Amino acid sequence: MLTGIFGIRSKTFRHGVHPPEHKKETLGQSIKQFPFAPEIILPTIQHIGAPSEIVVREGQEVNRGQLLAKAHGYVSVPLHSPVSGLVRKIKNVPTITGKMVPGIHLEPYPASGQEVMEGTAIDLETASQEEILQGIQSAGIVGLGGAAFPTHVKLKVPEDKSCEYLMLNGIECEPFLTTDHRVMLEQADDIFMGIRYLMKATGAPKTVIGIESNKQDAADYLRKHIPSDLPVTVEVVPVKYPQGSEKMLVTSILGKEVPSGGLPIDVGVVVVNVATAAEIGRLLPHGRGIQERVVTITGPGIKKKGNYLIPIGTPLRFALDQVGVEGTIKEVYMGGPMMGVAVSNLDISIVKGTSGVVVFTEREARKDQKIYPCIKCGACVDVCPIFLNPSKMGILAKFEAYDEMAENHNLMDCFECGSCSFVCPSNIPLVQYFRLSKSIVRKRKAQKAA
Amino acid sequence: MESKVLHISTSPHLTKQITTADIMRNVVYALLPVAGFAVYSFGLNALLVLSTAVFSSVLTEHLLCRWSNKTTTISDWSAAITGLLYGLTLPPTLPLWMVFLGGFVAIALGKFIFGGLGYNVFNPALVGRAFLQAAFPVAMTTWTASFLQERFVSVTSSVFAMPFIEPTVDGISGATPLSAWKFDNVVVGTQDLVLGFISGSTGETCAILILAGGVYLAVRNMLNWRIPVAILATVYIICFILNLANPEIYPTPEFMLFSGGLMIGAVFMATDMVASPLTSGGVVVYGVLIGLLIVVIRIWGGLPEGVMYAILIANAMSPHIDKAIQPRVYGTSKKASAS
Repeated sequence: MLTGIFGIRSKTFRHGVHPPEHKKETLGQSIKQFPFAPEIILPTIQHIGAPSEIVVREGQEVNRGQLLAKAHGYVSVPLHSPVSGLVRKIKNVPTITGKMVPGIHLEPYPASGQEVMEGTAIDLETASQEEILQGIQSAGIVGLGGAAFPTHVKLKVPEDKSCEYLMLNGIECEPFLTTDHRVMLEQADDIFMGIRYLMKATGAPKTVIGIESNKQDAADYLRKHIPSDLPVTVEVVPVKYPQGSEKMLVTSILGKEVPSGGLPIDVGVVVVNVATAAEIGRLLPHGRGIQERVVTITGPGIKKKGNYLIPIGTPLRFALDQVGVEGTIKEVYMGGPMMGVAVSNLDISIVKGTSGVVVFTEREARKDQKIYPCIKCGACVDVCPIFLNPSKMGILAKFEAYDEMAENHNLMDCFECGSCSFVCPSNIPLVQYFRLSKSIVRKRKAQKAA
Repeated sequence: MESKVLHISTSPHLTKQITTADIMRNVVYALLPVAGFAVYSFGLNALLVLSTAVFSSVLTEHLLCRWSNKTTTISDWSAAITGLLYGLTLPPTLPLWMVFLGGFVAIALGKFIFGGLGYNVFNPALVGRAFLQAAFPVAMTTWTASFLQERFVSVTSSVFAMPFIEPTVDGISGATPLSAWKFDNVVVGTQDLVLGFISGSTGETCAILILAGGVYLAVRNMLNWRIPVAILATVYIICFILNLANPEIYPTPEFMLFSGGLMIGAVFMATDMVASPLTSGGVVVYGVLIGLLIVVIRIWGGLPEGVMYAILIANAMSPHIDKAIQPRVYGTSKKASAS
């Protein structure tokens, strides 16, 4: 507030929380290559949008990098083989939500050289905007920060808008996760190459990389290696959750608010995760598809905590066997502990959107906590980064007043960061109420429209 | 590594480890020194009044829960706090049957009929006290002097008065600083007020211990410091101006701050989370309102003390304050309505 008076805006957003970071265990661990599992299982939905369409058949031999399933429509991406091997089965496979989707079982050839197939290279100098976007879709790239939204859709700047800033998201505000941190330290050249493609695709004249101050080494390293011809700046912002959300990042760095119901492009910004940018910089010059990603495997229950380059489709059970588990597994999350999803079944696979696997054993797992009535302490009101009134909305949700929540309390602006549930002393699962309420409101709207 | 059954929960999977029961328990800790001083200065009388107040509140809560076929909620400590706070607002020689009755009213009418913890409109402890003030105005304004010689050996006879039969007022009296000022124009020194060498309700006399308890809770983020600060600042500023204008009629701001139930009211009563507004802006308005009402009642009203009514009125206003003061929602130009 004081800095505001003196005209210097501190580079952050208002409200938010400070969960314990737990990053020390893995932030110094350089990225290690994971071996191939005896069986790789690829679900055809690893992204937001339509499922990919399988183009191989059972018994077919495939090469590493070969197209296995093509994009079905615009909001969809293709799927490439992470190994050279055999298509054993095509059948339904489980996903993290519990839903079964069509999937491909691959058996890697142990003796194969596992050379990656080259595709049609996208030449940075000669390719048009459209060709780059097409190339990004063909590479099967989705947001690797966890959202898994097809990147080419996000990069498409609407005709009536222009992109003034390309913003790279290196915030990684989720506790435990250190993948983006390591990618920034180890894949700087790929990131800068990705930036070149991204700036051309969006028409952005400048790029800013946002990094939280707990990754000062990454910020220093990137700053030192910015190619002289690239208009890139690095902004270090104070640590606070949920700064990694696009809207909060735009506010932290530019001081602008993304309008309710809108996207960062409405204020002239396109936000891309740093690991996504690195992947684009690595794949497009070779016309390859995405085959692996960096995953932080950590948590009190893991013996060899670290950052691993894991082939997409590696079964979670195999991954945990590789790193070793101490004691009895009690809770497993994919993604960070703030927004990640609890796993009910170790037979699911590491997918494109898996940024981390966090394992808690019997000892650390949260004891079932008693839910007390809301005592109107206002803690949730003080942390909501969107300035909603979670206390009031929690009561409305109990009375099933979903339309009232949406119309008068901006329910649909909630992006489910979970800060309200995190601070609630009464253990009220506020964000869960809002997730359910939002899906009900969406359904009702769809019904009305139909 | 074979797992038996994986535990599934919805995100976030981390929580701040402070629970509602922790907050309640810490409020009790913060009140213990105040209660200790009450017993030290008023002796056995205060001990009996306080224990009866807590016992009757907790018992009422337990029985009402049983009666409505709910699991008892006494383990969340909130009934104990209500009882203790209520006891601390009572005159030390109040007959115990009245104390018991008021404790019942505090929980039954102040809390239970609204739906229990989290739903009360008013601070339940003050509801209990307001009931007694209306029902037994004489007993509620009969004060004993503090630090009497025989306070640890004998109990004032009125304390054990039989309900509705025996007289409930005893001879020994000690005017509170506020009534001394209001009716006799005698002003007690600030040092005595701060340290508690005065007469008054069991828990309101020692300002310094009350403040210490408040600081303890505020540091642990279990009390919204804006409320007491707003109340105290408002009272101080208004009285400072009045005193400057005419020191003959109006007491000094220091006297106003440290006398009567202002401290305990501002720190422990007005801060009842349930009955105060939600937003930071809202609680400031709420605090200023309480401060204003206290000064108005004390200086221009018929009663020497106005803290209780000021807080109860502001409690009633707080849903409206919440409605009026809402922050602007991110990315919009409109305010969220709390209606």
